[in-house]
Amino acid sequence: MRGLIGSGLIALAFAGALGHCAQAQQLRVGLQEDPDVLDPTISRTFVGRVVFASMCDKLFDITPDLKLVPRLATGYEWSPDQKSLTIKLRDGVLFQDGTKMDAAAVKYTLDRDLTLPGSTRKSELAGVTGIEVVDPLTVKIALAAPFAPLIAVLSDRAGMIISPKAAEAGAAAFGNHPVCAGPFKFVERVPQDRIVLERFPDYWDKGHIKLDRITYLPIPDSAVRLANLKSGDLDLIERVAPTDLDEVKSNPKLITASIGELGYQGITINTDNGPQSKSPIGSDERVRQAFSLSIDREALVQVVYNGFFIADDQWTGPASPFHIKRPVPARDIAKAKALLAAAGQPHPTVNLTVPNTPTLMQVGQVIQSMAAEAGFDVKLQAMEFASGLAASSKGELEALVLAWSGRTDPDGNIYSFVSCGGALNDGKYCNKEVDTALQTGRTASDFAARKAAYDKVTEITDKELPIIYLFHQQWLWAMSKTIKGFTPYPDGIIRFNDVTKG
Amino acid sequence: MRRFILHRLGILIPTLIFVSMMIFALQQLLPGDPALALAGEERDPQVIQYLRARYHLDQPLPVRYAYWIGGVLHGDLGESIRIQRPVAELVLEKLPVTGELTVLAMIIALAIGIPAGIVAAVKRGTAWDVAANAVALWGLSTPNFWLGILMILLFSVHLGWLPASGYVSPFESLWGNLATLIMPAFVLGNAIAAVIMRHTRSAMLQVMRSDYVRTARAKGLSERTVILKHGLRNALGPVITLGALEFGQLLSGAVLTEQVFTIPGFGKLVVDAVFNRDYAVVQGVVLCTASFYILLNLAADLLYAAINPRLRA
Repeated sequence: MRGLIGSGLIALAFAGALGHCAQAQQLRVGLQEDPDVLDPTISRTFVGRVVFASMCDKLFDITPDLKLVPRLATGYEWSPDQKSLTIKLRDGVLFQDGTKMDAAAVKYTLDRDLTLPGSTRKSELAGVTGIEVVDPLTVKIALAAPFAPLIAVLSDRAGMIISPKAAEAGAAAFGNHPVCAGPFKFVERVPQDRIVLERFPDYWDKGHIKLDRITYLPIPDSAVRLANLKSGDLDLIERVAPTDLDEVKSNPKLITASIGELGYQGITINTDNGPQSKSPIGSDERVRQAFSLSIDREALVQVVYNGFFIADDQWTGPASPFHIKRPVPARDIAKAKALLAAAGQPHPTVNLTVPNTPTLMQVGQVIQSMAAEAGFDVKLQAMEFASGLAASSKGELEALVLAWSGRTDPDGNIYSFVSCGGALNDGKYCNKEVDTALQTGRTASDFAARKAAYDKVTEITDKELPIIYLFHQQWLWAMSKTIKGFTPYPDGIIRFNDVTKG
Repeated sequence: MRRFILHRLGILIPTLIFVSMMIFALQQLLPGDPALALAGEERDPQVIQYLRARYHLDQPLPVRYAYWIGGVLHGDLGESIRIQRPVAELVLEKLPVTGELTVLAMIIALAIGIPAGIVAAVKRGTAWDVAANAVALWGLSTPNFWLGILMILLFSVHLGWLPASGYVSPFESLWGNLATLIMPAFVLGNAIAAVIMRHTRSAMLQVMRSDYVRTARAKGLSERTVILKHGLRNALGPVITLGALEFGQLLSGAVLTEQVFTIPGFGKLVVDAVFNRDYAVVQGVVLCTASFYILLNLAADLLYAAINPRLRA
């Protein structure tokens, strides 16, 4: 019996080693979640965007410093009234099924985005009234009103051009066999296990693609993801826990890459959504100001995230040109107490709902003890994410710790959250002045005018605080030392151009 | 015997109907709005409305149940909203994975539990007995996920012998398959081994005190023959029932284990579906698991009846 167990163990060890050899030619990437359906028109998850980046090229893309650059497009031109956008397309681009990417395909894709039932792109392209094929390499997009974020929108899923032939053939099942014009083509997907892509030999920009095969493996637990990286079962992992950073850095076989995100972590306050908005923090902006002043953002980030995240009180990431260059407001207990006294609420109770993950619970606890010094009685309520979201949108919460993954254009970080009736405006905050500035931000064509409009939004929301911004995360990737050429992007999406292994 | 089987099958149908209602009703108690959870970060109102209408989420509970059970009776378990694939297809894809994991876990549990139980019973009161009991207690009280993570740290990270997670199909590589499943199967089988050990021990103790064992010994049979032929055979009856019931236990234990080792089986399917409020998937998986559990019970009863004629009445 003992001999049997011994030989079994040796055989298993051998099997493990064999497994490692077989994986040598491909890159294995550990994702935090399993993406939803792989159809750019319907896709709703962040990780879905990570996979699309290797599979579906977009009309435009961003650079690491957030400049918009053409990809499937070669250039664009706005009409003088800003109501139509003419896009020139790259010649000689093929879809992974061998058909040609041209103006007709762009029109097909955008029409599909606008009409497919359940399309998540429809609202992103809401102002689009028509798409016209001018010639095989030129499309013209007509708008009801000027919409400055359009190029940025086309640098994300709405700009991923799909093969009309494959979409027609696959109909609703297109997401199970997506065909685009990106560097890697879809091979197979085993839900919750892996998504396999292989190099598309006729890719238009193939000179920059050095890998043969990419396998994405969803592994939700960050400790297990890291264990897989350390054991060599994975080559690259996303969203490493900041608390693991020291461990990764001390490992001679691993390297890291990081960059500040486009999004933010904040506390959404219910200011006007049902009876819960009548709370002290919901009904009086002075109480919200006092709450914000009682938080030491630097200390919060230091305690919970080893100082790795970026303390801030703004809704744009530090990389954004719309981010205002100013110091993070210091904690001021005396001023907070004075504000509470002025509001006639020296000891207000705040029911703060926090998603039930260990780190966010810690964020809640740190805020709880900081705010207590100013006189707040913060009652923490841990809630599973989906439940919290539903309760928040129904107005059943007073305040919710909520993150936003961020968009390239500032409009994507603010419009839906604070405009009157915005889709993500759970607190139902509404200020006509803010709405006017948000509209100017959407329609103005030059940077200075947009910047002025968004500065105005910040000025008002800093005072009225429908959302109390806390910090920006840093995207953190860890990878085997054999990986070269990895460039971090502030949108957190992995691009494999010029990445080599080994 | 035929009447017995028919009677048991007769009970099966109302049980399944009741179970299906329970699954459906209990799930509605989950807080959160599936359309909202599945609409993604943007929470586009048009998408939410579309999802509500398409998956009948805007209908009253009985109507939704009727839609679902109507589909089930036609062999249609619905569609995953999140990845837009038929639930039946997902279930069939995941079933062999969890099946293999639980069978392997059961083999490990039996391979540890029965010999340990015999030793503990035969060497009752000695250091052997104490050691076996201590190991059993350890197995029972060690949380799955904790043991799983420790094993990953030891065998994958430090020793580098086994892959830390994932699953390789046996058709792809038999060794790869065993390498990915051995740790989770051990973690899963570990607790069951403890239960089996304790039951084998007590059953053996009872049997070994009985008259026929004394007779066997008096006949001058070797101790080995007495224990294995006369003792163990008679002690195994309750262990078989227990094993069948523990199979159900394994299925639920697999939920956590699959999560830790990222094995794309039933457990992971259902946990992810619960978090994403992918109702059709949760219902489909739980219905299949419940049916499987009920059938296992039936099989155990039939087996029992086959062994013991007194139960057939």
